[in-house]
Amino acid sequence: MYEGAIQDLIDELGRLPGVGPKSAQRIAFHLLSADPVDVNRLATTMRRVKEVVRFCTTCFNVAEEEQCRVCRDTRRSDEVLCVVEEPKDVVAIERTGEFRGRYHVLGGAINPLEGIGPDQLRIRELMARLSAGTVKELILATDPNTEGEATATYLALLVKPMGLTVTRLASGLPVGGDLEYADEITLGRAFVGRRAV
Amino acid sequence: MAGYRRRLYRDDAVVLRTQKLGESDRIITLLTRRHGRVRAVAKGVRRTSSKFGARLEPFGHVELQLAAPAGEQPTRSLLTVSQVVGIALHGGRFLDDYPRYTAASAIAETAERLTPEEGEPTLRLFQLTLGAVKALALGEHAPTLILDAYLLRSMASAGWAPALDECAVCGTPGRHRAFSVPAGGAVCGDCRPPGAVHPPPEVLGLLSALVAGDWGVADGSDQGLRRQASGLVAAHLQWHLERGLRSLPLVDRGESR
Repeated sequence: MYEGAIQDLIDELGRLPGVGPKSAQRIAFHLLSADPVDVNRLATTMRRVKEVVRFCTTCFNVAEEEQCRVCRDTRRSDEVLCVVEEPKDVVAIERTGEFRGRYHVLGGAINPLEGIGPDQLRIRELMARLSAGTVKELILATDPNTEGEATATYLALLVKPMGLTVTRLASGLPVGGDLEYADEITLGRAFVGRRAV
Repeated sequence: MAGYRRRLYRDDAVVLRTQKLGESDRIITLLTRRHGRVRAVAKGVRRTSSKFGARLEPFGHVELQLAAPAGEQPTRSLLTVSQVVGIALHGGRFLDDYPRYTAASAIAETAERLTPEEGEPTLRLFQLTLGAVKALALGEHAPTLILDAYLLRSMASAGWAPALDECAVCGTPGRHRAFSVPAGGAVCGDCRPPGAVHPPPEVLGLLSALVAGDWGVADGSDQGLRRQASGLVAAHLQWHLERGLRSLPLVDRGESR
């Protein structure tokens, strides 16, 4: 146990996700010995993130203005909307360079065990966007786990009566892997979702 | 070599819950056949390259090899999953049926809440949970009926079975009209406390059928009776658990069958 400011810093760092007491202590002593300019830059950046970053009023991605970069881009298609769980999923899909539509960030997935139901997600806002009539295809890009699949099923049921094309990201074998190492669920889904060549 | 001092053991289990841990790990809560409820870290399972991540999705029946840290009681500490084989991976069957998914979630939360101590063997509850998840996966009955049957039977295994064919207070046999959650079930006219409800006799008949596994009667019941029966079961469960289940209000009662 240390005294004063250094212990306060260790305690604060220890509250961050994935940072245990040992890591918090290591980071605190690194900051103590680091160049004051570097430490000030880190502190300023952290303060600026809290002051400047907010959620886009249209898609709920992270943004520094009223709307995020994707929503402001007039070259993107308004007819295709991709639903994701978290802002980091937007970044992952943007890295592919394959998608030129818009996004909607739900803020999580339906998880009854954690008390997260449809009302805790931005599903009402999604329905409001879809009711404008511009979107022709809705891509459900929630995580390929139980909670993500259940959320996609729920959304598909909700949206189908609106007459949109509703699609789900394909599941299957990772590029570069050997077939013999694929687990039975992934391999099974790859068979179900096989395509003509 | 610390790795050689780890204690390894095998068991089969139902996956109750998964929680994210760090960059790519998960904490898996399992209801095992021989060691009761345990929690184990599955390393790297959130990566697409994980060899067994798909097998550790909720509601699956799996066989595992678990490793306990050296010098610690195997089931009293956070374990590590070292191998997983799928016995019946039910998770996929719930994915296209939202009511089944929400019912399975309520079953998993109930199993977790009825096993407050980690590492205490609860074979009866394990068998009930496995049976309920299998029944849901096969879709033989309406999800809410399976859920209510599970809740009634799991409460019975915990010693909290509601009295249905006798007065909960004086023990007078027979099908009584009033039902009081604090009194412990159906109550006769003489013992009826203030606040007791008077459900139609068919509701108590449905509850008895669910406890006894008389699926002919249960499947033939109408939606109104099922809703009232579910209300009594939920009230009885939450009275004994003292704290409500988070998943129960989210159960989709719009029957899929």
